[in-house]
Amino acid sequence: MTDASILSCSRSIPAGRPAFSNKLLLYPVLAFLLIFFVVPIGWFFIKSALDYDGNFLLMLYQTFTSRLFLAVAWKTVWLSLVVTLLALACAYPIAYTMTRAGSFKFTLIIICVIVPYFTSIIVRTYSWMIILGTNGVVNSFLLHIGLIGKPLGLMYNMTGVTIGMTYVLLPYFVLTLFSAMKGIDMWLLHAGRGMGASNFYIFRRIFLPLSMPGVISGFLIVYILAIGFFVTPALMGGPNDTMLAMLIQRNIEVSVNWSLACALSLFLLVITLIVYTLYCRYTDLDRMLGK
Amino acid sequence: MRNPIRIVNFISFLLCMVLIAPILIVVIMSFGQSSYMTFPPQALSLGWYGEFFSSPEWMASLLSSFIIAVLASLIATSLGFLGAYSLVRGDYGNKKILISFCLLPLIIPTIITAVALYFASVPLDLVGSKLWIAICHAMLAIPVVLLILISSLQNIDISIERAAEVFGASKRYTFTHIVIPLAVPGILSSLFFSFLTSFDELIVSLFLSGLESETMPVRIWNSLLMNMEPIIAAISTFLIAVTVALLLLELLVRKSRIRRSGIAGQ
Repeated sequence: MTDASILSCSRSIPAGRPAFSNKLLLYPVLAFLLIFFVVPIGWFFIKSALDYDGNFLLMLYQTFTSRLFLAVAWKTVWLSLVVTLLALACAYPIAYTMTRAGSFKFTLIIICVIVPYFTSIIVRTYSWMIILGTNGVVNSFLLHIGLIGKPLGLMYNMTGVTIGMTYVLLPYFVLTLFSAMKGIDMWLLHAGRGMGASNFYIFRRIFLPLSMPGVISGFLIVYILAIGFFVTPALMGGPNDTMLAMLIQRNIEVSVNWSLACALSLFLLVITLIVYTLYCRYTDLDRMLGK
Repeated sequence: MRNPIRIVNFISFLLCMVLIAPILIVVIMSFGQSSYMTFPPQALSLGWYGEFFSSPEWMASLLSSFIIAVLASLIATSLGFLGAYSLVRGDYGNKKILISFCLLPLIIPTIITAVALYFASVPLDLVGSKLWIAICHAMLAIPVVLLILISSLQNIDISIERAAEVFGASKRYTFTHIVIPLAVPGILSSLFFSFLTSFDELIVSLFLSGLESETMPVRIWNSLLMNMEPIIAAISTFLIAVTVALLLLELLVRKSRIRRSGIAGQ
C-alpha cells in the first residue's frame, strides 16, 4: 500500500463514522444463501408444482385430507410436543443448577452438556440403540438382576423414539435456558431472601417468571427441531412410527413421488416458519448485537 | 430449608449422568471383542479399530468426509466472517430481519433443504461432487459460523479500529491488519465448529453423496439400517474423539486469547 492511498483514504473518512460501507460485506453471505438455499428450495416447490399433471391445488387438498397424511402429521405434531415438554422438564433443573454452581461443578455440567451437543446426531442415536436394543444395556442389566424374564421392547417403537429424541434435543434446550438464566440479576434473589422469603417462594415468584423468556424461546426452537426430525425416528422407530420428515424421504428414495414429497415439505415448511416467526418475536435477536 | 436445592442438585446430577453415559457406553463398547454387543464387554481388544483403519471402504469415506469438511469450513468461515463483521460494525437498519434470515438454514428442517438440493443436483449432474457437497454443508454451517463470529467480534474494542483510522490507515488496511488478527481466535472457533457441522452432517450427504463420495455418517447410517455391525462402535468413538479434540483445541485457543489480552492489559 502506498502512502498516497493511505492519505487519500484517511481524508475521506468522516469523523466518528466508518466510511467504507460495512453493508457491502454482508452481500457475499446473503448472495451465497440466496443461490444455494433459497433458490433451490423455491425451485423445488415451483418446479414440482408445475410438473404435476393435473390440478396441483386439488392434489394438495387431497394429500392434506388423506388418512395417511393426517395420521403422520398428527403423530409428528403431537410427538414433538411431548418430546419438547420432556426436554424442558429435564433441561430446567440442569440449567438452574448451572446458574448456581461453583466453577468446578459448572465445568463438569458443561462437559456433560457440550460433548453430546457437538457429537454427531447419528452417533448419539446409535448410543441409544445400544442401550435400548433387545440385547442392549438396559435389557441385559434387568435380565441379569432377574427383574424381568424376557427382554423389554424398548426400541423400534414410540418409547424408543421418544427417549432418543428427548436425549438428542436436551442439550439445545439446556444451552438456551442457561443463556437466558445467566442474565437474571442474582441480587433480586438476594433481596427476596433479605425480606424473609423462603427458597421455594423466591424460586416461584422471582426466578421462574424471570426465566420464562428462556423457556419460551427454548421451547419454540426445540419444537422446530423436533418437528423436522429425521435420523432418530428413522433409526429407532418401528414400521408404524413414521414422522413427516421420514415420509418425505420415503417418497423420494422409495416411491420417487416428487409432487407428494413437495406437498408434505410445504406443510412442514409452513409450520416451521410459523413457529420460527413466533421465536423471532419472543427472542431478542438484537441482543446478540449488543443493543 | 436447604433440602429442595439438594434435591434439584441431585436431579441435575442424575440428568448429567444420563447425558454423558451413552457417549461413554459407546466408547467402552468399542473396545469389546465379541461381535455380539454385550455390555460390559467380556474382553477388551482394539480389534474393531484395526478393522476400521484397515478397511479401504471406511478409509475412503473418512477421506471424503475430511475433504468436504475442510472445504465447507473454509467457505463458511470466510463468507461468515465478512457477514458477521458487517452485522456487528455496520450502521444500517433491519439487522434483526437479516439475522433471522441468515439463521434459516438451521431452522428449516434439513430434510426439506436436502430434498430441494437433490432436486436441483440431479439435472445439473452434481450428485457425488465433493465440492458441491462442501458448498451445501457450508450453507448449513453459515448460521453457526455467524453466531460464533458475531459474539467474538463484539468483544473486540471498536476504538482500536478507530485509532488505526485516525492514524491514517485505510479501511482495508485496518480490516486486514487490525480486525483479522484480533479476530483470529473467533475465526479458529468458527473453522472448528463449521468443520464439525460438515463432518457430522448426515441428511444432505445422504441425498447428495452418491456412491463415489460416501461420507462417514452416510456409511454409518447404511450400516445401522442393515445390521448394526459392531465396528460402528469403534467408528462412533473415532467421531467422538474428533469432536472432543476440536472442543479442547477451541478451549485452548480461547484460553490463550484470555492470557494474551491479560498481558496486553497490564
